[in-house]
Amino acid sequence: MSTPGIKEVLLQPIFQNNPIALQILGICSALAVTTNLNTTVVMCLAVTVVTALSNFFISLVRNHIPTNIRIIVQMTIIASLVIVVDQCLQAFAYEISKQLSVFVGLIITNCIVMGRAEAFAMKNPPIPSFLDGVGNGLGYSVVLLAVGFVRELFGSGSLFGIEVIPTIANGGWYQPNGLLLLPPSAFFLIAFFIWGLRSWKKGQVEAAEFKMAPQTKRSEAV
Amino acid sequence: MSSNKDTLKSTIIVALLLCIVCSVLVSGAAVLLKQAQTENKEYARNRDVLVAAGMFDPAVHDKAYVEETFKKFSVNLVDLETGKVLSDEEAQAKGIDPANYDQRKASRNPELSERIPADEDIATIKRKARYAAVYVLEKADGTVDRVVLPVHGYGLWSTLYGFLAVEGDGNTILGLTFYEHAETPGLGGEVDNPKWKRQWPGKKIFESDGNVGITVTKGGAADAGSDYEIDGLSGATLTTRGVDNLVHYWVGKNGFGPYLESLQAGEV
Repeated sequence: MSTPGIKEVLLQPIFQNNPIALQILGICSALAVTTNLNTTVVMCLAVTVVTALSNFFISLVRNHIPTNIRIIVQMTIIASLVIVVDQCLQAFAYEISKQLSVFVGLIITNCIVMGRAEAFAMKNPPIPSFLDGVGNGLGYSVVLLAVGFVRELFGSGSLFGIEVIPTIANGGWYQPNGLLLLPPSAFFLIAFFIWGLRSWKKGQVEAAEFKMAPQTKRSEAV
Repeated sequence: MSSNKDTLKSTIIVALLLCIVCSVLVSGAAVLLKQAQTENKEYARNRDVLVAAGMFDPAVHDKAYVEETFKKFSVNLVDLETGKVLSDEEAQAKGIDPANYDQRKASRNPELSERIPADEDIATIKRKARYAAVYVLEKADGTVDRVVLPVHGYGLWSTLYGFLAVEGDGNTILGLTFYEHAETPGLGGEVDNPKWKRQWPGKKIFESDGNVGITVTKGGAADAGSDYEIDGLSGATLTTRGVDNLVHYWVGKNGFGPYLESLQAGEV
């Protein structure tokens, strides 16, 4: 297998091969932590660190991992890293770790981490794998930050907790959009993001798997 | 390499080595960071006591202020059943050090706690400790200025742990703040929102006939100037109900009711 260039490995996942927008992975945490940018940034950092390091370590031992327990081995490495990250957050960023609560722990089940470990780290040397992890973390971060930006700005009128649009509750004029604080809004925003990205890069548009019949004749309905 | 890595022997060796390395890593991190985490927790608790008491403004006050101000509070152990404060000797006889009393641990200890009958358990906490550590700030003349009471109860996903601060009259609320919960960020998690918490100071717990009057209502308080109504959190019905229930429980006769009564009578 030809080794892809460093730049490609690092930058491709941001727009060309975005884990959320193209592969539709890791949506769950994108819904949960994007109500304000502080938690979003910390979550992005945590996921990037975990993806990069897990890719690195898995790639380091990839030639020794027995095929039939490889998923368990990957999970163990990922889970240990996530616990360490969680402990560090509790020690150095206590307030934010309280807000993120269970979602740091749930990085373990983030499909991006597992997906990159299985798809890239098992086949490539440690350094490219590390960069691939960073790249995918960045791709995840781009989407999350975009979603978090819109949700916090229009959902609570602030950015990073600092008020930008004065809300009615604080004596201003803006009535915050409550829907944006609810998880489903992230679905809509991610969909818009995917729509925009695919209009820009036509190559990402998936070919339809089947053609819808117009269903105008009875014979087509049954 | 690839030919022999799938044998039973190497599978077991890899699995064992991996477990050892990972467990060393995880426990190492836990042990090394333990102190920083405990300090964070303790600082956060002291600060939350001050926040509930309306004595902390993040824009003005720093860490040193918190440590210094917290020292002015005395920690008293209250017998929840009688509402009496235990003297140091009585506390010692029970093997409790008020300053380091862990109410949560005590509520799991059969000697220091009791089961709550299901019909009384509105806060869904199942067991409660017999004693609670309250933080008391006295005025210069020795009368009680304010007390900070630990409260907890079940919301939507988690038990919310917090402090309710009450003025020396045993009736006027100074603030309610939660220091631990796992409610949905952005929805139930908004119990941490300073704007929401700002509703609490000045509200009264008891109506003139002695019944508990304070309520957290859903869908907006009917009367903005009410002494008893708190506007619930939008989009977080169950958390709102949980807060309402836990406040009712802890100011009621099974919680700090007797203690607040003696506070009103000026007996504390």
